[in-house]
Order: sequence, then structure tokens, then C-alpha cells
Amino acid sequence: MTALAVENVWKYYGDFPALRGIHFEAARGACVALLGRNGAGKTTLLRILAGLSKPSRGAVRVLGQDCLSEEARRGTGMLGHGIGIYDELSAYENLRLFAALYGLPDAHRAAMEWLERTGLERVRDGLVREFSRGMRQRLAVARAFLHSPALLLLDEPFTALDDRAIALLQGLLRESLAAGATIVMSTHQLREALELATHVALIVKGKLAHAGERTAAMVDDPGYLYREYGEA
Amino acid sequence: MLYFRQVWTIAAKDLRSELRTKEALNASLSFALVILLLFSFAFDPTAEMTREISGGLLWLVFAFAGALLLNRSFARELENDCLDVLVTSPVPASALLLGKVLANWVLLLGIEAVCLPVFGVFYNADWARQPWWLALVMLLATWGVTVIGTMFSALTVNLRLRELMLPMLVYPMLIPCLMAAMQLTTALVAGQAPEGDQLAWLRMLAGFDIIFTALSVALVETVLIG
Repeated sequence: MTALAVENVWKYYGDFPALRGIHFEAARGACVALLGRNGAGKTTLLRILAGLSKPSRGAVRVLGQDCLSEEARRGTGMLGHGIGIYDELSAYENLRLFAALYGLPDAHRAAMEWLERTGLERVRDGLVREFSRGMRQRLAVARAFLHSPALLLLDEPFTALDDRAIALLQGLLRESLAAGATIVMSTHQLREALELATHVALIVKGKLAHAGERTAAMVDDPGYLYREYGEA
Repeated sequence: MLYFRQVWTIAAKDLRSELRTKEALNASLSFALVILLLFSFAFDPTAEMTREISGGLLWLVFAFAGALLLNRSFARELENDCLDVLVTSPVPASALLLGKVLANWVLLLGIEAVCLPVFGVFYNADWARQPWWLALVMLLATWGVTVIGTMFSALTVNLRLRELMLPMLVYPMLIPCLMAAMQLTTALVAGQAPEGDQLAWLRMLAGFDIIFTALSVALVETVLIG
């Protein structure tokens, strides 16, 4: 079943086409590695998928709904460049806030469960501004997974993560995939991404140059696709 | 029901954040008190003059202090990209706006509650002769100031000169609301209960709040997502 359908999406900034007719689908349980050089349009596409920006043309359907609908948002989780948590609130208050915003039936329990899973239960009442970088990253991961999203959008998820946070994130991503979630992950860290990916989409100058299943050749030689499309 | 819970969750989050950091609250309250103090020294007003300028003075102070408060409303969401996370959540943009308006309304009313007794002392004015009517005017006019200010705070959040742009955009829009509040407050501080023309100002204030709340709720998604 299709979890994500991107239908001929164009995005203009003024006269400049940042995305040109992007068209692909992702089934439940698929992990799409969204590859491309800086400025190719990966973040623009992810922002459209997340409902942060409207496409100039085309449509995006998440779980069969328009990506701006409440149902689609409820089923989507995003981990972007910023950690998306409040420095002046405690770890527990942050997770409880997002659990309440996503309408989870027991916000307290969800927050406590994720504090435990991310190893932050000892500092649950500490203000985030007093946390180390690694602790903040783990809290951000907990925030993104808190509501068990059916579609996870990750923009450079491994950048600036410490070893513990990378291990935590990889474990959670595998668990989500096994549970049938769909992941779209934009990254420059090809090896980590290709190990996890089931599909690969390469964007070159706003156009989808390649979309298909990940092959063994890509894992053995992560730079292969870039060379193939003259992006090396 | 869920909608109102989301509004309250956003409002409680903003109030908790602000009461913990007191960034905007301290700046706004200090500014309001300093202006009240400076005016009292600059003009040494008589009782008659105080009666005439009370509404204008108080509402200009509240409007300027409010701009300091409102500027932070959406700007605080830029840290750690929290605004993106809120916009991608299932919370409707209108609930996000109303939650923020509610928090700003409570904070600005708090500042006004501190300023009124200070005004009474510095200007030797008995401001509480019509306390219930005055409370009603404060509630309505403060809602008008915060709903427009919060909406424009969302509009200017990504501008580099937002501290300058917000007052420039908001004050012209607030003219009807401030005029009504000034007229009514002047009369109420003088001890006159609203009647005749004053009631028309009161109706205008209520109408202003309804119209601009409805417009803001309808337009905020376009402002936040484009």
C-alpha cells in the first residue's frame, strides 16, 4: 500500500524552479534515501512533504490524504536540522507538550516511556538549556518518534549526532521499518543511509534523476550513483 | 474539545516559558513603568490635566509595552526550529495562534494591572471609580491589541528587522481599537459610567475584537505556510 505519493511536484522561488516535476511513491515499510548535492532540492522537497511549504504545482499525499490535512500531520514525524525542543522547558515538559499536541491518550505515560528509552529519565526535570549536546539530540529523537509516526521525514539525521545518539536513531529506524513505517531520509552520509535504505531517489538540480530499489552495487560503492549521473 | 485543549496547551507552554525566562515580561514592564514615571516628571500634571490625558497616556504606554511583549511571541519559536515542529504537528494554525494570543493577553493584562496603581500614585488619580467598566474595557482592548500583534508577529517572524516592522505594521491597524479604549478610559477615570456615545465606543471595541479575531483565525495558515 502506498504511504507517500509525490505527484509532479514543482516549487518555484520567484522564477527559479527549485523542484521540477518530482514524481515518486513509497510503500509502507519502505526507506527512501533521498540523495543529491547541496542545493539539489532535497530540503525543499522534505519541507513540502512535511507540510511546511506548499508546492507551486502538483500534490503530495500522505497515507492517502493531502499532506496538509490533520490526519496526514498526525501520522508524520520530522527530524530536521533544528532539534525542535524548547530550551526553557524540562525534558519531561517538552515530551509531554508534544504528546498533548499529537493528542496521545496518556501524555504523561508516553513522555515517561520515551525518557526511559532515550536514557534521560534521570534528568527528566532538568531544563534542556542545561543539557549536553548529546542529551539534547536524544531528546529530539524521542520527540520525533513519540507519536509512533507512520511516515518519518529525516533531514540529515546523522549529522552532528554523537555515537550514542546515532546508535539510538538507527535502532529506532529499524524498529519503525519493521513495524511498517515509511522513512524518507535526506543525507550526505551515504554509507549509513544506504545500509538502511530499501529505495534510493537521486535529485539533480531539482529533477528526479533516479528512483528505484537500492542495489548491492550502491552499498558496495556509495558514490556510484553520483558518478552515473555526472554528479561526482 | 480537542481544539480548545490544543489552544490551552500552547498558551500554557508560552506562559510557562515566559514566566521562567521573563525576557519579554521584564523588558515590557520596565518600559511601561519608566514611561509613566518620566511623563509624570516631565509634565507635573494637575488633577484636571490628568483626567484629560489618562486614557491616551495609559493606552499609549500599554500599546508600546505590548509591542515588546508581542515581538517575542513567534520569535521564541525560531530557536531550535520549534516553529517548524509546531507547524508540522496536527495542531491547526488557528489553534496555535489563539494559544499564543491567550498567553499574550494574560501577560499584557498583568502588566496593565501593575501599571494602573503606579499611574494612580504618580498622577494622584483615583482610577478605580468605575472598576467593572474599566476592567471590561481593559479586557476588550487588550484582546484587540494582542490578537493583531500576535498575528503580525507571525507575519514578521522571519524578517531581520522584525522589531522595527512589527510596530510599524501594528499601530496603524490598532487605531480604532486604541481610540475607543482611550475615549472610554478617559471617561471612566473621570468617574463617568458609559452612556450614549461612550456605549457606541464600547460596541465598536467588541466589534473590532470579533472581526479581527475572525480574520486572524482565517488567515494565519496562509501566513505560516504560504
